[in-house]
Amino acid sequence: MSVTAAGPLPTAPYDVAVVGAGVVGCAIARELARRPRLRVALVEAQDDVGQGTSKANTAILHTGFDAAPGTLEARLVREGYALLGAYAAGSGIPVERVGALLVAWDEEQLAALPRLAGKAERNAYHDTALLGPGELYAREPRLGPGALGALHVPGESIICPWTTTLAYATQAVRSGVDLHLNTAVREVSSPDGHVLTTSRGTLRARHLVNAAGLHADTLDRALGHEDFTVTPRRGQLLVYDKLARPLVRHILLPVPTALGKGVLVAPTVYGNVLLGPTAEDLHDKRATGSTADGTAALREQGRRILPALVEEEVTAVYAGLRAATGHEDYRITAHPGQAYVTVGGIRSTGLTASLAIAAHVVGLLADGGLDLGPVREPDPVTMPNLGEAFPRPYQRPDLIAADPEYGTLVCHCERVSRGEIRDALAGTVPPRSLEGLRRRTRARSGRCQGFYCGAAVRDLFERGARP
Amino acid sequence: MTAPRHPDALTAPRHVDVLVVGAGPAGLAAAARLAAAGAGRVEVLEREARPGGVPRHCAHGGFGTWTHPLTGPGYARLLTQAAERAGATVRTGVTALDWAPDGPVLTAVGPGGPETVTARAVVLATGARERPRPARLVPGTRPAGVYTTGELQQAVHLFGQHIGTRAVVVGAADVSYAAADTVRAAGAEVVALVTEHPRAQTGRARARAALLRHGVPLLTGTTVTALLGHGRLSGVRVRHRDGRTTVLPCDTVVFTGDFVPDHELARRGGLTLDPGTRGPAVAGSLHTSRPGVFAAGNILHAVEPAGTAAREGARAAGAVLDFLAGAPWPAPGVPVTVAPPLRWIAPNRVTPDAPSVPHLLRTGVPLRRPVLYVRQDGRLLHHERLPTALPDRTLALGARWHHRVDPDGGEVRVSTG
Repeated sequence: MSVTAAGPLPTAPYDVAVVGAGVVGCAIARELARRPRLRVALVEAQDDVGQGTSKANTAILHTGFDAAPGTLEARLVREGYALLGAYAAGSGIPVERVGALLVAWDEEQLAALPRLAGKAERNAYHDTALLGPGELYAREPRLGPGALGALHVPGESIICPWTTTLAYATQAVRSGVDLHLNTAVREVSSPDGHVLTTSRGTLRARHLVNAAGLHADTLDRALGHEDFTVTPRRGQLLVYDKLARPLVRHILLPVPTALGKGVLVAPTVYGNVLLGPTAEDLHDKRATGSTADGTAALREQGRRILPALVEEEVTAVYAGLRAATGHEDYRITAHPGQAYVTVGGIRSTGLTASLAIAAHVVGLLADGGLDLGPVREPDPVTMPNLGEAFPRPYQRPDLIAADPEYGTLVCHCERVSRGEIRDALAGTVPPRSLEGLRRRTRARSGRCQGFYCGAAVRDLFERGARP
Repeated sequence: MTAPRHPDALTAPRHVDVLVVGAGPAGLAAAARLAAAGAGRVEVLEREARPGGVPRHCAHGGFGTWTHPLTGPGYARLLTQAAERAGATVRTGVTALDWAPDGPVLTAVGPGGPETVTARAVVLATGARERPRPARLVPGTRPAGVYTTGELQQAVHLFGQHIGTRAVVVGAADVSYAAADTVRAAGAEVVALVTEHPRAQTGRARARAALLRHGVPLLTGTTVTALLGHGRLSGVRVRHRDGRTTVLPCDTVVFTGDFVPDHELARRGGLTLDPGTRGPAVAGSLHTSRPGVFAAGNILHAVEPAGTAAREGARAAGAVLDFLAGAPWPAPGVPVTVAPPLRWIAPNRVTPDAPSVPHLLRTGVPLRRPVLYVRQDGRLLHHERLPTALPDRTLALGARWHHRVDPDGGEVRVSTG
């Protein structure tokens, strides 16, 4: 069990190497870690887990009600929803079952709602309900004027994507997986087993899983496959201050029509409100910048959906790149002759589906000749709670009485205590940057963005990193 | 995980006479006067580890008085000592979290655990902060090396941190020049000050000194259109007045000014906020809309100098003393609003009994020798020619017209035309 970020890689071959430590790669590594006989490497180009598409999504736990019926994605999202819901409850990952409303703003959208309800039925989701404007406005009194009705999907939930990814990685590493960070895969040759040439030297593995997200097509080509091309689709999102949270009770989803997908307004488990995403097809896989046009368009649409929202302060603007493949399903393909599984085209539903994808992929590895060996369930993890619907450390007299560091707040906007920062720095997969610390604790992600606490948090980080 | 428990479910409330939230200049000055006047038990809650507020990290002069000039940290110490010598208790590391449903009662948490503090009166003095990059909707990537002045000053003056080598300072107000000084004190180079305005919002001497003594260019009529770089900031893209765009290579950018009140506690308490200042709406007597709760300092007007905040804290103490002696809570008063290009006015209520203190205003654009008109329901109450006004600089309007306000009339409107 180890996490490395520098120096040479182990020379002994692994049974399995998983390339990409996003939410999907971490889930696969965790699933493999249930098989203690396997030696598993999780290889990540960046300095932390969940640094690509996984960190910039809409943080929704999807029921899969609107998936394309009969697809692999529809099945894995449905299964993953139940699996992750149970896993989150057992691991302290915050989930709020707020439900979603698909709000119809014109006759065309209103006409689409019964079709969406029918689609939900075909996806084995039976709890949708059509709401008239009276019930809609009773549920969402701050909704902008002019909504004609909605489809209620009570199972749609919000979740913490960072804690989910980190929980998988923590459990995987504690169960014996080697996590190699700062390890970009440059070349693969597979004469007899796989030889990965990386930025940190050579790594050998008998079986290979490609969970490289935006770069899955590049890695796939290196192994001789021309099955798909990843076109990064940029989604810009605005995060509004916690003082906006009382404005909205549900996830407000757009009704997809021929004219486009529209944007959503959703609460986050941290108590913020999200507005977005844009959908811009790009070619640059590093174009994670926001644009003036993008944020202006979002504010314009947000003003119609929830007029009071755009008067609140924005605490973050971010842009994530989704791995679009021009194909309405995941691209999970086994290449048994190569001892290789491609996990491509995992779109924004990947967070929800992650545990089901992992089980599916490990099944494919076994079909391809990997002897999984006996199962030993990993020790459960208890993750620090970042969610406002559950007691935070500063709200727990028992914790503060045992350790006053949990009553000493450093980040005031997000109410993060010195104890939580200390714990994160001592974690199994510790942060290697202030951004990593932010994702683990919320420190300096509030409305002041470090005006009050930035220097103090950095001081703790730098001293913690060099004890 | 244990069941959710509200902090006040566990602790018996503590009682004080006056609870002051925030140990900056306004809070400390209020506490000092209250304690000296025998208001009873006066307690100041400060969430930071040290009292003093923003002056703590302003390692430059300009504080204190002409006869007794001080640096920011010196001023912070002086105010703290004055409050403590007068008999007030200053408790650091304790965060006021929220209000009990009724009355001037707050919940708080610190290393000693959660607590509920009931008070006969509360003075909110939670101050102001700069708006950071996301709130300004500055596009681009999210690299490291992005500061506000507040964070920069703490990083350099309180923690001795390395901040980078080349910094762009966004803004050209007094605070921006202070940020530039801090950048230089940290051993880094100031690439430029960048402002959308046609000139610096500071005294000409200061702007000239920055250019001539330190070689810091001032780019006027210039907007920051994107932050560049992955991991660490690599540059700032700017657009000049004529539409040209250029990239200023740098590894650090400081967003200065654009202050807003830290009004979370005010909002949680349901206090009426003024739409201009975004702080609690008050008349000169500094009563808020919530009985028993007063406000003072830069939560009311982001921002004025520390001395203004301290004088206002002392004035709030006077109103608190009257209230403790039995004075009734006043009616809300007549709102005072401003027309663009004016941005806000404080105090922003007029009540018959409040002291007639001058109003502080801000303009969004430079105004050369403006005439301000004060009207109520179309009736001209007052007009006055003022000195040339710059954005981010104090503009004051006298209160000689207060007696002409109809307490039953509509809002009072202040405009430049």
